[in-house]
Amino acid sequence: MISVKDLTKKYARSTAVDHISFEVQKGEVVGFLGPNGAGKTTTMRILTCFLPPTEGTATVAGFDVLEQPLEVKKRIGYLPETPPIYPEMDTTEYLTFVGRLKGLSGSELRRRIDDVCERCSIGDVKKKLLGKLSKGYRQRVGLAQAIIHNPEVLILDEPTAGLDPKQINETRDLIRSLAGDHTIILSTHILPEVEQTCEKVIIINRGRLMATDSVENLQSRARGAESVLVEVASRNGALDSQAVVQRLQQIAGVSRVLSKEGRETRAIFEIESLKNKSVRGDVARAVVEGGWDLNELRSAAASLEEIFLQLTQEQKEIQEEPAEVPA
Amino acid sequence: MRNIWIIFRKELRSYFASPVAYLLLTMFAVVFGFFFWNALGYFVFVGMESQLRGQSFPMNINEQIIRPLLSNISIIGLFLIPLISMRLFAEEKRTGTIELLATSPIRDSEVIIGKWLAAVGLYSFMLLFSALNFVFLFIYGKPDWKPFALGYLGLLLQAGGLLAVGTLISTMTKNQIIAGAATFAVCLMLWVLDWVTGYETATWARVLAYMSVITHFESFAKGVFNTKDAIFYASLIFLGLFLTTRSMESLRWRS
Repeated sequence: MISVKDLTKKYARSTAVDHISFEVQKGEVVGFLGPNGAGKTTTMRILTCFLPPTEGTATVAGFDVLEQPLEVKKRIGYLPETPPIYPEMDTTEYLTFVGRLKGLSGSELRRRIDDVCERCSIGDVKKKLLGKLSKGYRQRVGLAQAIIHNPEVLILDEPTAGLDPKQINETRDLIRSLAGDHTIILSTHILPEVEQTCEKVIIINRGRLMATDSVENLQSRARGAESVLVEVASRNGALDSQAVVQRLQQIAGVSRVLSKEGRETRAIFEIESLKNKSVRGDVARAVVEGGWDLNELRSAAASLEEIFLQLTQEQKEIQEEPAEVPA
Repeated sequence: MRNIWIIFRKELRSYFASPVAYLLLTMFAVVFGFFFWNALGYFVFVGMESQLRGQSFPMNINEQIIRPLLSNISIIGLFLIPLISMRLFAEEKRTGTIELLATSPIRDSEVIIGKWLAAVGLYSFMLLFSALNFVFLFIYGKPDWKPFALGYLGLLLQAGGLLAVGTLISTMTKNQIIAGAATFAVCLMLWVLDWVTGYETATWARVLAYMSVITHFESFAKGVFNTKDAIFYASLIFLGLFLTTRSMESLRWRS
């Protein structure tokens, strides 16, 4: 649906986007992740035909952003960083204007306005001036504007910025409900948001592509091994954690056992196993057979936060290396 | 066409949704009302005087009231045009709504023409207020309507040209005050360029004078349709709007 090849955008003094390539399939929800100033907005602006690329190509639904911008624009719904609203218009008037711009008219337009007002829960401010709305409402009117013509591709630049926690959840639900029929790219620097709404992540930093993969793959890739957290309790008296560690280490495939939190009668152990080797069943059996209680067993997936820090950190080291070589 | 109409309607509504339109219309109505009252008062005074002295001066409403007043409107226009055009693009750039227009399936030229037409529309509205005054001349006198109509055509063409220049300047900044001030400076220059012919007759002076928007209005004020003057205004409109499309394009490549 979206295909980006060697995309580069240079400004007068800096390079905002540096040879980025990625593909997004139809119906995917992709999170565009990076610290502030990483080049997320610039990339999105190129995809929406707002800015032309310096080098490379970007195509949306098979149309090149430079060659056939009108065709691309017809298929895109875009929510910029600041919602593009006219303060002197009321919500209905504004959505009517945007709908007409996108080619809707008559009863279809009215139907779409009712529909997006309901989806974005802005029905109660239909007759209010946009200039008088709170930040959260403005953001949602901006989102309503982006989906008014039911576009194939949605590009959302920080869709949850400035919302309160309840609104953030509602917006994420809305985005999830749009997935499937729509291809969605959303940018954010809030990591849990990506974990909750996206299937695929594109991480960029300082204009460079750091990683592009599914959320699960990234998580397992960061560790190189699966790790399991297990809470063990003794049936009577104090728990001999040393014995537990010994017992767990005997399981085939376990590479390391760490005692993490020890109390008198129960303790938490972190078990690292080799890649592609599921040890959870064996761990459970070993604990029960050893005469202990199994309180909890869960996989300790690396959070995206760690992956993100790892990836952006690695690049820093690479970049700083040459500086250390004496001239 | 449809897209131009959508932009035109939105712009015109914006003018009337904010105090801009009402302020401009009021300013114009008051200032022009005073000019009209003055011109009429003088006309009546000269008429009474000639009767008292028993001599009859040739009195002509067209020549003595309508023609100078039309010239006055064209000059009041120079002051009000920057106020009309300054917000067209500067405001959209400041609030970020330009991103909505630029990413909608609509051509830059359609946005520009729609906006420019809305500005011309507001100016025509102002002219309507001046025409209300002239209605009294038609009720109590018998002026010739042709020079009157041509005068208004000239005013519209002149304003169209200057508004095209104002639109161009508005795309160059985010700041409405800067856009307005720069447009005002350009309007003023285009007004006084013909002053050089007062003491200089060389070719360069004639070229400069030709560029003055006021010299081209004189034929319209007299009630003469001069194709050369009409073409001057048409080319000013075309040049202004064409450069605006270029300016919009360069914005994208530079920013």
